[in-house]
Amino acid sequence: MKATVTVMLKTGVLDPQGEAVKSALLGMGFDSVQGVRQGKTITLDLANGTTRDDVNAMCEKLLANTVIESYAVDMDS
Amino acid sequence: MKAAVVVFPGSNCDRDMAVALRNAGADVSMVWHKDAALPAGVDLVAIPGGFSFGDYLRCGAIAAKSPISKAVIAHVERGGFALGVCNGFQVLAETGLLPGALIQNARLKFLCKTVTLRVETADSVFTAPYGAGSEIQVPIAHHEGNYRIDADGLARLQGDGRVAFRYTDTPNGAMDDIAGVLSENRRVLGMMPHPERAISEDLGGADGAPMFTSLVEACVAA
Repeated sequence: MKATVTVMLKTGVLDPQGEAVKSALLGMGFDSVQGVRQGKTITLDLANGTTRDDVNAMCEKLLANTVIESYAVDMDS
Repeated sequence: MKAAVVVFPGSNCDRDMAVALRNAGADVSMVWHKDAALPAGVDLVAIPGGFSFGDYLRCGAIAAKSPISKAVIAHVERGGFALGVCNGFQVLAETGLLPGALIQNARLKFLCKTVTLRVETADSVFTAPYGAGSEIQVPIAHHEGNYRIDADGLARLQGDGRVAFRYTDTPNGAMDDIAGVLSENRRVLGMMPHPERAISEDLGGADGAPMFTSLVEACVAA
């Protein structure tokens, strides 16, 4: 089974990379862009029976820094 | 005074840190990240700058979970001194020994230059020799030095006088111009600038040296 973890900087935490991407898109003429946030996706290959709680624990302890980041877990069995 | 300098794969300021401590009179040993224990009787653990584990995942995140970090946490919980510089600050933040987190510099550039810091409190062994309000020149060399903390955490740091250093002209977007913070017991300091690179006029400045002398003297006296 697999899980996909998406880690993003929390709303309100400055995202310098997202801001740079936004200004590049605007500079290229994509005038519709109002905001860009950049995060990361981590895919996990997991033994069968691994629970969402297990993956949440991985996020809390290592994959995300909850001081500045939020995470979302998508379990795919 | 016994000091240990932690070495992770990718640390690159470990020897500079050892030189700074030895020059101040410390007996320094290097400890490898896989070591599960610190040498007996260590007074100060220094976590140096560099790119531990290639900055994979987040700066300092993997290092904070290494075997030696458990020993560092136990050392701090016993009331031991710890100093984290640059990547070392990031590691200490990731362990939770210091509050907040360091993210990319606001303008995305790696910054390598000497900056002016204002010493905000004299109430720590690290900062006592300077005196509150004094200004010192110390180099920075980082890409992720933009200090972030939530509003409650920031208010606590300010209220407790735990901001050790502020930039006089913030280069990296750090909240409240914060360059270094102290733990609650004021025995753990994390800072982005490199005092170990400012220990001699031959290196362009000696403003970092009093910090190391003060640490050695405090531990010898204790």
